[in-house]
Amino acid sequence: MPAEAIVEVRGAGKSYDGTVEALRDVSLALPQGGLSTLLGPSGCGKTTLLKIIAGLIPPSAGEVWVKGKKVDGPGPERAFVFQDFALLPWATVLRNVAFGLELRGVTPEQRHDIARGYIEKVGLKGFETSYPHQLSGGMRQRVGLARALAVDADIILMDEPFSSVDEQTRRKFQEELLDLLKIERKTVIFVTHSIEEAAYLSDQIVLLSPRPGTVSRIIHPAIERGGKNPDEIRRDKNYLDVVDEIWQILKRYVV
Amino acid sequence: MAQQRFVWPLISFVFVFGLWELAGRWPISLAFPPFSKTALALLRMTVDGSLPKAYLSTLQPLVIGIVLCGIAGIGFGIGMGLSRTIEWFSLPIFIILQAAPMAAIIPLITYIYGIGLTAKVLAVVVLAAPVVVMNSYKGIRNTNASLVQMCRAFLGTRRQEVVKIILPHAGALIFAGLRLGLAMGFIGIVIAELMITPTGIGDLISYHSSVADYPEMFAAIFSIIALAALAIHGLERLERKLFPPEIRGA
Repeated sequence: MPAEAIVEVRGAGKSYDGTVEALRDVSLALPQGGLSTLLGPSGCGKTTLLKIIAGLIPPSAGEVWVKGKKVDGPGPERAFVFQDFALLPWATVLRNVAFGLELRGVTPEQRHDIARGYIEKVGLKGFETSYPHQLSGGMRQRVGLARALAVDADIILMDEPFSSVDEQTRRKFQEELLDLLKIERKTVIFVTHSIEEAAYLSDQIVLLSPRPGTVSRIIHPAIERGGKNPDEIRRDKNYLDVVDEIWQILKRYVV
Repeated sequence: MAQQRFVWPLISFVFVFGLWELAGRWPISLAFPPFSKTALALLRMTVDGSLPKAYLSTLQPLVIGIVLCGIAGIGFGIGMGLSRTIEWFSLPIFIILQAAPMAAIIPLITYIYGIGLTAKVLAVVVLAAPVVVMNSYKGIRNTNASLVQMCRAFLGTRRQEVVKIILPHAGALIFAGLRLGLAMGFIGIVIAELMITPTGIGDLISYHSSVADYPEMFAAIFSIIALAALAIHGLERLERKLFPPEIRGA
């Protein structure tokens, strides 16, 4: 592995009410500075695993270590991007982006300054005073991403961030995400059910099998991204091979 | 457009009052005065001061009762929403109170508190409190789970969760509860004045009815209906202004 693991999951399991088993004995190491994807069919517990790493759900078995410390709740080194955006409907884009800083007690001038910077970086300049209901799904998720970047966490946890966004917006967003993450030097853990999305974005893909979720395979796509534009990557032989390899594994789980 | 907003309600009023006038002149009953006589009686009662005086004594307990519900009722509803313990011992009581015909216990209040201001305030509270409490409780309970999780993920404390997410999210429902509470409060105060304390507008209604001054009686009834409708409509508009549907949580 090229980089040191920043997140380690050791034997994590989760069962609800002692009967429904969502995850079983999951062990993972997620490298610093990389983008790792948790990929699997619906019901494989990938979101549960992400929320366990976030400290939002306690595991029933095993433990999670982040930056050498055991996780027992959310922490400042992790920020979450929600599938349903989780924006305050009564707050402007500016307040929503600054909300993480607001909760930490940063003064209004300071947090609005930081928020404005990230609003511009995610391409929403000019929408500072808009409300979420005035934005499209893609724009709302940009607000969610800006909020996660604004708290300056090392690790960004993204729970199917593009699942409620249309395909065109999704592609554009993916490309911008890669550019942005290169600049911001974040470690990203990304949950998705899209094989193409995983192959396109990831340095490491963790394939999960369904009910209970276990690690089925870990793939390191060796896609040469340097100097290539997104459309070239999507025609790259390695990229297409990875997509095919994942599909061969996942199709066994599809009923 | 602005004109149209006034034209249709105006036509509607003219139509209803016109029918009333016709029915009164027919007459369908000796005890049913036409609109014109009722309107004149309303004017007479306003000028001679009997109507304003009655309202002074009616509105005082109504306002006190609604303010009490606004503070204690909303507070209690929020407490029920936030604490499982408070919910556990008080939710059944309020479910029963909301379902029960509370007007039936108003005579009971007289036995305990006599016929003074306290009894009238209590009549208002007894009718208004259940809906105020239950709406506040439901507002808190309906909090968007995803927003609460977001607050926790960004290191919000429980206090911040309540102040910055749960309360703003519940605001619209709580306010709606207050509006419904006011509607119930109007019912409570009129029942109280008709049944227990012969004062205020209730007394005006029963007095004029007993001496067969039917236009005066109808004027009093009409005035309280109009006042209640205007007050509740006003609150509804305020509600829409304070909590526009597109930016409210619930």
